[in-house]
Amino acid sequence: MNFDFSDDQKSLKDQARKFLADKSAIKVVRGVLDDEAKSYDQALWRGVAEMGWLGVAIPEEYGGLGLGRLELCVLAEEIGRAVAPIPFSSTVYFFAEALMLAGSDAQKAAHLPKVAQGETIGCFALSEGPGAPTASGISARFDGATLTGVKIPVTDGDCATHAVVVAKEGSDVSLVLVDLNQPGVTRTTLKTLDPTRGHAKLEFKGAKAERLGAAGQGWELGEAVLDRAAVLIAFEQIGGSQQCLEMATEYAKSRYAFSRPIGSFQAIKHKLAEMYVGIEVARSNAYYGAWALSTEAAELPFAAAASRAAASDAYYFCAKENIQTHGGMGFTWEVDCHLFYRRAKLLAVQAGSPAAWKEKLVKRLEQRNAA
Amino acid sequence: MDFNDTPEEAKFRNEARAFLEANVQPKSNDKERLQRRLKPVEYLKAAKEYQKRKAEAGFAGITWAKEQGGRGLPPIYSVIFNQEEAKFDAPSAPFSIGLGMCVPTVIAFSDEATKDRYVAKALRGEEIWCQLFSEPAAGSDVAAGKTKAVRDGDDWIINGQKVWTTGAQFSDFGILLTRTNPDVEKHKGLTMFIVDMKQKGVDVRPIHQASGGREFNEVYFTDVRIPDSWRLGDPGMGWNVALVTLMNERLAVGGSYGPDYKEIFDFAKGINSPSGDGTLIQDESFRQKLADWIVRAEGYKLAKFRTMTALSKGQTPGPESSIGKVINANQMMDIANTAIEAQDHYGIINDPDLATLEGAFHQSYMFAPGLRIAGGTDEILKNIIAERVLGLPQDVRVDKGVAFKDLPTGR
Repeated sequence: MNFDFSDDQKSLKDQARKFLADKSAIKVVRGVLDDEAKSYDQALWRGVAEMGWLGVAIPEEYGGLGLGRLELCVLAEEIGRAVAPIPFSSTVYFFAEALMLAGSDAQKAAHLPKVAQGETIGCFALSEGPGAPTASGISARFDGATLTGVKIPVTDGDCATHAVVVAKEGSDVSLVLVDLNQPGVTRTTLKTLDPTRGHAKLEFKGAKAERLGAAGQGWELGEAVLDRAAVLIAFEQIGGSQQCLEMATEYAKSRYAFSRPIGSFQAIKHKLAEMYVGIEVARSNAYYGAWALSTEAAELPFAAAASRAAASDAYYFCAKENIQTHGGMGFTWEVDCHLFYRRAKLLAVQAGSPAAWKEKLVKRLEQRNAA
Repeated sequence: MDFNDTPEEAKFRNEARAFLEANVQPKSNDKERLQRRLKPVEYLKAAKEYQKRKAEAGFAGITWAKEQGGRGLPPIYSVIFNQEEAKFDAPSAPFSIGLGMCVPTVIAFSDEATKDRYVAKALRGEEIWCQLFSEPAAGSDVAAGKTKAVRDGDDWIINGQKVWTTGAQFSDFGILLTRTNPDVEKHKGLTMFIVDMKQKGVDVRPIHQASGGREFNEVYFTDVRIPDSWRLGDPGMGWNVALVTLMNERLAVGGSYGPDYKEIFDFAKGINSPSGDGTLIQDESFRQKLADWIVRAEGYKLAKFRTMTALSKGQTPGPESSIGKVINANQMMDIANTAIEAQDHYGIINDPDLATLEGAFHQSYMFAPGLRIAGGTDEILKNIIAERVLGLPQDVRVDKGVAFKDLPTGR
C-alpha cells in the first residue's frame, strides 16, 4: 500500500507553501480584491511561471517540466490554501489539460510552451446562463472556421489570451480553440462573489477559431476536461478548507469569552471536529482522484466526481463555520474569513455545481455496476 | 502512488488467504449464517477451535513479541490479516476485545509469571477475556467508577457493579477498573486488576437492549477476592493502565456494520419512488443522499488506506483513523432510516421472512443508536479530535483538586 504522496512531492508542497506565504501573502490577495481594475496579480503570475509550476504536468518536449499530475495536485492544494489571485486553474487545469487531451501535435507545440512560460493565459468557456449546461442547450456556434455566440461567466475570461470554448458544430458539439485578442471578440468584465479572480462575458461575432479534437466529440471531451479539472480543483478546495480550520482553531485558542478560551466550549470543539472530519473525507477521496488522474485509470470519472462532491461540501462547511467561530469579527471586511467564503463558492460552482457532481457520481456508480 | 503490497506483504497475504480458505467459509448473507448466529454455544466452540488453529498457524498475536507467542511483525501485517479475514465468515468476534485490548494491557503491566499464566492460553483461544470499565454512573466519564476494592491482607475485596460488558457471559477473565482511594482526586484513586469471572460473587446478567438483543451484560461483584499479585500497575495508577486499554478501543469500534450504500443502491432499483413515478433510484433527492453516502463510505475506506500506507512505511499513522466511528454509526442509521421510510407503510415490518434484506435495514436502524454510544459517544470522540488532533484546550474541570468522595453526583 502506497496511498500517499512521495517525499519529493511533499517537499515540493512545503516549498510551494513557503513561496506563496511570501509572494501571495494576504495583502497581495487583497490588492486584487480591493482594486476593481485588477484581474490578477501579475508579479505573482510571473513568479509562478519562473518556478516552473505552469508547466509541471506539461511534457518536456512542449517546454514543461514533465513531472506529473501528482505534483500538480500538491501545488493546487497550496494555491487553494493561499487563495492565490492568479488564473492558474483556468490556464493549467482547463486550458492546458484540454490541449494535452485533445490537441493536435501542432496545437500543442503552438500553445503549451507559452503556457509553461506564463505568456499564454487560458480559460474554459462552457456556461451560457443560469442552470446546469446541457449538450442540446449550447447555443454558441462554430462553422468550421469562425465562432459566434455568448459565454457567461468565464472565469479569468477578462485576462486570458486564449479560450477553449464548448460550441455547437452542426447538430453536435465540438471543442473550439480561440485567440481572444482579435476584433471578433468582445469582453465585458463581470462583478462576482469572488473579486480575487477575474470574470468576463465573452461575445464572439465571427471570431476566427479552430477545432480542438474531433468534430462532434466536444461534449465528451469537455466532460473529460472537467473530470481532470475536478480533481485538481478538489485539491484547491482542500487547501482552502484546511486554512479555514487552522484559522478557526487558532482563534478559538486565543479568543476569550466568559473568562475562558472559546475553544474550551464543546459547541466550538464539535464544530471544529466536524470540519476536520469533512476535510479528511475530502482528502481521502481526492487522493484517490489524484491516483486515478496520474495513472489515467478507468476509475477517473467516478473518483473525480467523488473528489469534487466531498471537497465542495467540506470547503463550504469550513468557510462558513470559520466565520461563525470568529463571531462578529468574522463578518468584517478586515478579517480574512470572507476571502475563503467567497473562494469556496467560486470553486463550488466553477466546474459544475456540487449537486451536479453528486448526480454524476451516482450515474457513474450505475455505469460501473452495469459494466 | 499505488495500492500494491510490498513483496513481503504480498507473500504474507497469500499465506493468510491460504490459511483462511482451508479453515473458514467465505462470507455469505444466506439464512444458514443467520441460523449459526442464533446458537451461541456452538458458535463459541467453533470460535475457540478457530482461534487455536489461528495460533498454531502463526496468525494470532501477529504484532506481539515472539516471547509472548506472537510473530513480532509490524502492525501492517495485522491489518492485512484482518482485511483477508473480513472476507470470510470467521468466528473471531469473541476474542477481539480480549486479544485487542485486555491481554495487551496484561502484557504491559504484569510480571513474567503472570504473563506466562495468561498470555499463551488467551492467544490459543482457551480463555476468553472481557473489559470491565463502564458503570451505571461512569460512562463517558469512565474515571468516575465507584466499584470498590479494599485491601485485606494479601487480597483485595471487590464490591460494586459494571455495565455494558461485552462477552462477560462467556469470559474466563476480565480486567477490572476499581476505586481504591476515594479520598484523592478522581483519576488518582483508581487501580486495575485481573479478575476471575467464574468465581463466587461474580454475577453476570444480560442487558435486554433497546434493539431486543442481549449482547451486553451487567456484572455485579459481591465480596469478590482478588490476590494482590493480580494487580496491574501500582495502586492509584489504574487510570494510566486504563488509557492503554482505551487507546485500542476507539480504533477497534470504528468498523462499518450493516447495509451500506451498495445495499441501498440495489434496493432503490426495485422500489417505487415517493412520488409513485418511477423507482427510488430515479428520485433526485435520493440520488443526492446516495452521493453523500458514497463519498463518506469511500472516504473512510480510503482514509484506512492512508493509515495502512503509514504503517507499511513503518511510520505512526496520522489522526485520520479517528474519523471512522463518527462517520460510520451515523451513516448506518441514516441509510437504514431512508430504506425503511422508502418502503412506506410496509417499512414497519421487520419479520426476516417478509422484510427487505431479511430485515437487515431494520436491525441496523435499531442497533445504530447503540453504536453512536459504544466505545466513546460521538460527542466524546469529537472532543478527542478537538483536543488531541487540533490542540484545543480542555473544558473547564470542576473535579480538579477535589477528593472523589466530595464530587457532586447529581443524586
